[in-house]
Amino acid sequence: MTLDTVKHAAETPDVKLPWAELGLKEDEYERVREILGRRPTGAELAMYSVMWSEHCSYKSSKVHLRQFGEKVPANDAMLVGIGENAGVVDVGQGYAVTFKVESHNHPSYVEPYQGAATGVGGIVRDIIAMGARPVAVVDPLRMGDAHHPDTKRVLPGVVAGIGGYGNCLGLPNIGGELVFDACYQGNPLVNAGAIGVMRHEDIHLAKASGPGNKVILYGARTGGDGIGGASILASETFDDTKPSKRPAVQVGDPFQEKLLIECTLEAFAEKLVVGIQDLGAAGLSCATSELASNGSGGMRVELDDVPLRDSTLTPEEILMSESQERMCAVVEPGKVGRFLEICEKWDVIATVVGEVTDGDRLEIFWHGEKIVDVDPRTVAHDGPVYERPYARPQWQDALQADDANKLARPADADELREQVLKLVAAPNQAAKSWVTDQYDRFVQGNTVLAQPEDSGMIRINEETGLGVAIATDGNGRYAKLDPYKGAQLALAESYRNVAASGAKPLAVSDCLNFGSPEDPDVMWQFAEAVRGLADGCLELGTPVTGGNVSLYNQTGEAAIHPTPVVAVLGVIDDVARRTPIAFKEEGQLLYLLGETREEFGGSAWSQVVHDHLGGLPPEVDLGREKLLAEILISASRDGMIDAAHDLSDGGLVQAVAESCLRGGLGARLIVPDGLDAFTFLFSESAGRAVVAVPRSEELRFTDMCGARGLPVTRIGVVDGDAIEVQGAFTLPLSEVREAHEGTIPGLFA
Amino acid sequence: MTARIGVVTFPGTLDDRDTQRAVRVAGAEAVPLWHKDKDLKQVDAVVLPGGFSYGDYLRAGAISRFSPVMESVIEQAKAGMPVLGICNGFQVLTETHLLPGAMLRNNHLHFICREQKLRVESDRTAWTADYTAGQEISIPLKNIDGQYTADERTLDMLEAEGRVAFRYLDGNPNGSLRDIAGITNEAGNVVGLMPHPEHAVEPLVGTGRTDGLGFFTSILKKLVTA
Repeated sequence: MTLDTVKHAAETPDVKLPWAELGLKEDEYERVREILGRRPTGAELAMYSVMWSEHCSYKSSKVHLRQFGEKVPANDAMLVGIGENAGVVDVGQGYAVTFKVESHNHPSYVEPYQGAATGVGGIVRDIIAMGARPVAVVDPLRMGDAHHPDTKRVLPGVVAGIGGYGNCLGLPNIGGELVFDACYQGNPLVNAGAIGVMRHEDIHLAKASGPGNKVILYGARTGGDGIGGASILASETFDDTKPSKRPAVQVGDPFQEKLLIECTLEAFAEKLVVGIQDLGAAGLSCATSELASNGSGGMRVELDDVPLRDSTLTPEEILMSESQERMCAVVEPGKVGRFLEICEKWDVIATVVGEVTDGDRLEIFWHGEKIVDVDPRTVAHDGPVYERPYARPQWQDALQADDANKLARPADADELREQVLKLVAAPNQAAKSWVTDQYDRFVQGNTVLAQPEDSGMIRINEETGLGVAIATDGNGRYAKLDPYKGAQLALAESYRNVAASGAKPLAVSDCLNFGSPEDPDVMWQFAEAVRGLADGCLELGTPVTGGNVSLYNQTGEAAIHPTPVVAVLGVIDDVARRTPIAFKEEGQLLYLLGETREEFGGSAWSQVVHDHLGGLPPEVDLGREKLLAEILISASRDGMIDAAHDLSDGGLVQAVAESCLRGGLGARLIVPDGLDAFTFLFSESAGRAVVAVPRSEELRFTDMCGARGLPVTRIGVVDGDAIEVQGAFTLPLSEVREAHEGTIPGLFA
Repeated sequence: MTARIGVVTFPGTLDDRDTQRAVRVAGAEAVPLWHKDKDLKQVDAVVLPGGFSYGDYLRAGAISRFSPVMESVIEQAKAGMPVLGICNGFQVLTETHLLPGAMLRNNHLHFICREQKLRVESDRTAWTADYTAGQEISIPLKNIDGQYTADERTLDMLEAEGRVAFRYLDGNPNGSLRDIAGITNEAGNVVGLMPHPEHAVEPLVGTGRTDGLGFFTSILKKLVTA
């Protein structure tokens, strides 16, 4: 087997390379040849193919994502924006917070446990790469039909993987979602988010500057796992005798990652690190090309020095391997000794594998021969950009015309009662504690709120009580009906959830899960959702700091619902002022904030009772969302409310049921004038919340709402051990609890 | 004067900072101890905190028990120094045979994280003097290998000698024999339990209860008045 060196490539222009098998299009391969002025070596081809993949290059989504950079609200909280490992925002008192949501969808379908586990691992490394200590994780999940046999394979595996990895890292899992829908049957969505905290001066960036500085690879040894295309290259072109393709899903080792966290933070604390990058998708190819291109430009890497788990790996495979729990740091020569000492203290393998050069080339050597000689920018940043064709789907009008408001409504009080019970027991509305009880929410001792609260909240300073809150939301059904509004509704819900907990929403991260970008229908959904989200963030004053796009969530012709998942991060000056969802004091008054309209398109009711999806999603009024958030935050700060719960899927009755169950007390509800009981209970109008007000605060609270123009309606009182809708029905809390809490364990335990 | 309470960090320990905080909240001084270091820094007591030391690979606690710091802990524990093992720390204590029995995977095979009601069965240990026997407390439980097991003779002996320190109430969360949540050695200076008192010392975080603080005030009082 001849080593395909740069020299060899220049001398043998006609050698055919398997660019198509590696996923490159013909014009993309031509572009690589043009950039290099010769054919690429096998190693170079491997690097370009993986870095120019949809996953790494965002080639289909880039032209739309630009809006997040163009429609930036005036917000002085943003310290680091899109393009780095994760965005960073200022939360005051000298603290900065970094957070991000990513997808690990495809691997989690193939191998649920490891796919989900390594998803947690990857997002956490993004957080440490910014210089922050990870303080919490969240996991928004979308699964196929709850009753489908394959969901019983995927969900328990995913949950065990998230728990198995996250619990072992010592990160509290404080939120997320679990949504079932047949559209995710072959394409479950496993998104993972993480939050990290640091002091302003500790922010680190992924760049390799300073010629002579050393490039240190540390963490796990590099193995043959997670090699996608490179194994084709290795086994089919250069050496037919090699064993079959290597596994494409990585295997996680959370213990190694925990050591990596501690040793990285110790190195940061001693200011030993110039630049840092985690090794995730595209492994060393990504880390070296990104570090080099973001820094002064040149880097020389000796691939022979990379510690291997498997000595038979080819250089292409080493470059492509996605073995987990590895990081790459750039360190000044004088500090290398100390850096290696810290790694040794934590039993982490660390090796100098290269150095920053004063040139502008990324050069990689193997057995003394040069096998890569590229301008790193062309690998990392100059990938192809597609203007994919998109058009409003032909079926969109018919879908919207299929009005959910015309569906048969309950004929009498008995049927209404039945439908309430059915709703709170439906898999999407049922309690998710069977899932969240498999995650450690207490570790680190700073968890103020966790699921099933509206947002997860973490204290970040014990003396001052400064804290941050995070919520993630997304409603694929709304987005299917109208992707622009659907994205804004996801944003609005997440924003509202953070505010309902008493925190001020600051910034956004998103995970955009869609079908194939080669389908103009899907591309339209994507374009609309991005436009909606960018417009919404501009109006709410919460910039998008980063995120992730996952395309090709599609089996054959059937794409998933467009599913933009939006995470909103908020800050609270003193976590002692947080607002929980529980109704805990008998006699407290219940107020509904916002307006209730007949809005049932995409609603939980239409799904649970009629298995229907059609019509229009609820109207979006972001000005109203802002006002509602301000009221909720003021009321929390000034002690005017003791509980608050946002209204979203399932409407008022779902929110009241959750708050009652959480507090162990019932509620007596009165249908307000101008509304019928059905609309009152099930409407999903946005911009609403229910709050519990102590009697002593009633006047002050309603006066504040009145003065600021927020509709406020007294709807009842916390009382007894049943949910009673006056003139309609009474449901004992025990019956509600049994319905709400029995479903998920019944299906999956 | 106050007491110095050592908190050991093994590779993969997770609740070390939380435990240090709990020690501080109780009013004692927390002293970090490193697994590679035999030196106990003249502490008056040691806590082995929770986590997944060495990833729980091989068996929970099985590798940690051989670390240099444990040589000193075992020696001092036998000489009467108070030692508390929480969760993974309890597993380490059974591996060292300072406490009898062993932990199996939970009978339902899942990690479980929840608020757990316990009955304090013994107030005669170094770590439970601030409770009264029979008192019910509620603190977080979170583990996957929490099913306490031992042979019948050992169990009978523990019962007879009043060495079952804590018992699960309102539902056994993991199949532990005789609902045992924690035990003590004969002398009462070494205590191990699966639930996490260090996560229940402040009203604002965790479960919102402070039922776990008594562990740390118990030891502080004992050491300061000693």
